[in-house]
Amino acid sequence: MLSYLLRKIALLVPTFIGISICAFAFIRLLPGDPILAMAGQYGVTPERYAELREQFGYNLPIWQQYLTYLGQVLTGDFGVSLGTKRPVATEFATLFPATVELTLAAVLIAVVVGIPAGIFAAVKRGSWFDQATMSVALTGYSMPIFWWGLLLIIFFSGYLGWTPVSGRIGIQHFFRPVTGFMLIDSLLVGRPGAFWSAVSHLILPAVVLATIPLAVIARQTRSAMLEVLGEDYVRTARAKGLSPRRVVGLHAFRNALIPVVTTIGLQMGSLMAGAILTETIFSWPGIGKWMIDSIGKRDYVVVQSGLLLIALVVMVVNLVVDVLYAVINPRIRVAS
Amino acid sequence: MFRKLTFAAALLAATAISGAAGAKTLVYCSEASPAHFDPGPMTGGNDFDASSHTLYNRLVEFKDGTTDVEPALAESWTVSDDGLEITFKLRPGVKFHTQPWFTPTRDFNADDVIFSFERQWKQDNPYYTYLPNLTWDYFGGMDMASALKAIEKVDDLTVKFVLTAPNAPMLANLAMDFAAILSKEYADKLAAEGKKEQLSTQPVGTGPFQLVDYQLDAVIRYAAFPDYWNGKRKIDDLIFAITTDAGVRAQKLKAGECDIMPYPAPADIAGLQADPNLNVMEQEGLNIGYMAYNVTEKPFDDVNVRKALSMAIDKKAIIDAVYQGAGQVAKNLIPPTMWSYNDAVEDDRYDPEGAKKLLADAGVSDLATDLWAMPVSRPYNPNAQRVAEMIQADWAKIGVKANIVSYEWTEYRERGKQKERKGPFQIGWTGDNGDPDNFFGVLFSCAAIGTQNYSVWCNKEFDDLINKAKAASDPAERTRLYEQAQVVFKAEEPALTLAHSKVFMPMRKRVLNYVMSPLGNHRFVNVDVAD
Repeated sequence: MLSYLLRKIALLVPTFIGISICAFAFIRLLPGDPILAMAGQYGVTPERYAELREQFGYNLPIWQQYLTYLGQVLTGDFGVSLGTKRPVATEFATLFPATVELTLAAVLIAVVVGIPAGIFAAVKRGSWFDQATMSVALTGYSMPIFWWGLLLIIFFSGYLGWTPVSGRIGIQHFFRPVTGFMLIDSLLVGRPGAFWSAVSHLILPAVVLATIPLAVIARQTRSAMLEVLGEDYVRTARAKGLSPRRVVGLHAFRNALIPVVTTIGLQMGSLMAGAILTETIFSWPGIGKWMIDSIGKRDYVVVQSGLLLIALVVMVVNLVVDVLYAVINPRIRVAS
Repeated sequence: MFRKLTFAAALLAATAISGAAGAKTLVYCSEASPAHFDPGPMTGGNDFDASSHTLYNRLVEFKDGTTDVEPALAESWTVSDDGLEITFKLRPGVKFHTQPWFTPTRDFNADDVIFSFERQWKQDNPYYTYLPNLTWDYFGGMDMASALKAIEKVDDLTVKFVLTAPNAPMLANLAMDFAAILSKEYADKLAAEGKKEQLSTQPVGTGPFQLVDYQLDAVIRYAAFPDYWNGKRKIDDLIFAITTDAGVRAQKLKAGECDIMPYPAPADIAGLQADPNLNVMEQEGLNIGYMAYNVTEKPFDDVNVRKALSMAIDKKAIIDAVYQGAGQVAKNLIPPTMWSYNDAVEDDRYDPEGAKKLLADAGVSDLATDLWAMPVSRPYNPNAQRVAEMIQADWAKIGVKANIVSYEWTEYRERGKQKERKGPFQIGWTGDNGDPDNFFGVLFSCAAIGTQNYSVWCNKEFDDLINKAKAASDPAERTRLYEQAQVVFKAEEPALTLAHSKVFMPMRKRVLNYVMSPLGNHRFVNVDVAD
């Protein structure tokens, strides 16, 4: 198990370098000049422009800029935002809990709803429930997040008035964050209403972000279950006279779980992409919205280091999924 | 550990000002996060709303709802006969904010004024580079370094600005956001502690509100400053709820989650106007969308060709189609809300037949040209591509073929500035200080060729008029000169003046005394809310 883990970790190094090159190159491939973008409507004189290019290091050959950057990153220095002048790593650390909270809530919804829906659809294959669930899942999978989010806001917040429009907690609840997780902080502060305010603010964005993963998980669970339900050992279990609940819940589901766990892990990437849109719509102060704002301002430093930090998070999550996978299915670690 | 954290959090909550009984709270759904809270190096309107107008004051300020300059931290000023010295008498007894991070020991004085400018000007000032990669864009953009010779302390409450040349717009410059006055005592304390960068995150000003808390990208909380020199304001708690999406801002306003919001999406305006709980204020923006002819390029060097092309464009149709009620036809370079606007100037009439004839008389036939369209939506032109298409169609009617070109926004402006640029170029401007020189001088002076003078137009008569106006100190004389300059501009047609946009400000009916600023600022210093 240990050697499996070490091998997986060793694989992260070339991935990390590859991503750092991509993050570094992509922002430079975008049209636009960060110095001119920063300068506002008066622009800068050619002398000042040259001076600033030198100050920012943009006058150096591109490979040299990259190596300098990589060196800084390896010592934990992710640079300073061109706009706010704060260290990128500090901003990331401040905003990251909001994204984690939103993503975890979305994963929770996707799993709690998606897996049972997939199991029932498989068990009742061909029934109206199966067809309805899969049609809804297909719709959810194809849902444009931006449109879906606005629609939910207009209906639930605007028309019904059930949920707040945006933000993380009601404006009347003021306390300084301790952990950065609003659900925890609102409990810590111990004021009545704060926790529920935080929960009510979380519902809509979490539902929006959960929509696509939920659809994927439901469909994946269904197909994995169908495959397993046709296996010999399931037939044997049935022949032994086990109750259908035990057959499905214990024998089939455990084996069907393997590809489902992989799917959940693979959803991390799309959750991050979804978080960018969801956070923008719901004014959720997380790293997705931070990235979008920084791209708009051509804040090279935030975009490249932000990309890298997000990629790191996705890599670590995938590592954890791989390890979990090996725990669930011993064949994996033996085979690899 | 848990108990300790709970206690700390409870303590913070107990010290919070929000939610106190009877406190008046105003929630403003702002459009973006501020970079930080030092208005000196910043350029964004949202940055200034969150810092300069709430936390700070300037020597002189723009009177609410106008571009007139009125006394603020300076009680009065005198200009020397030769126009080279402006002496300010400072207001006595002005207090700086007392904050957990700083307790002032003295009132505002001349040292604070000198510090606030020298940090942007003198490279040996310890604050010139106090943040990484700092650029003092407005101080540079307004040419302050070449306009100022020295700022001298006469006594604690008198400070003298010595100029290199007479400069009437200087007072308006000093009312701009970058000219906010900071506490030198606080800056010195931070420098001594090696924490200079805190000047931008833990602000100390003299303004109507003081910072309570900023949660990155989410909420900024301010409390009324009890010792404000002009008396404590009516709003106790001012909250900026940062909401970047315009559609979501409108939903928040309707749901009562905020009281007032800027920049509604055009599609939402009708719905907001129809809501019985809301008021929607509107005003012409201090801006101009225009199309610059390159007067050094043939055949645009001929004024008759420029006139003919302008006459062929149906401006009214463009405003109706593209601005959708949020704009008005511009006949002058400056908007009608600005002093010295010359209403007697006659706009080019829409006359395709006349245009055809004028072109023929000028000996131009089968003209084919590039026509530049901005790739982004700007306050002064929401959709330059669509405008270009409409101009293209109008010109086709008089036999002129236009090829629409566009580039990424910063690239677009750089290419536009090149003297050898081919084809008329769409662009625009938003005024910064309400002084006509900020339009005429910045955009069409001979000195602006290569920077903002996209027409490469250097007209001696026009240049003399605006230079004289810049140096004159008598407002009536300045008005007369600028009025004349507008006549010259229209006769020479270096650019087609297209539109001034309208700006909307929706708010709940409980918001009282809000006044829209022609400069596009959002100020809450005089605002009240109904209980």
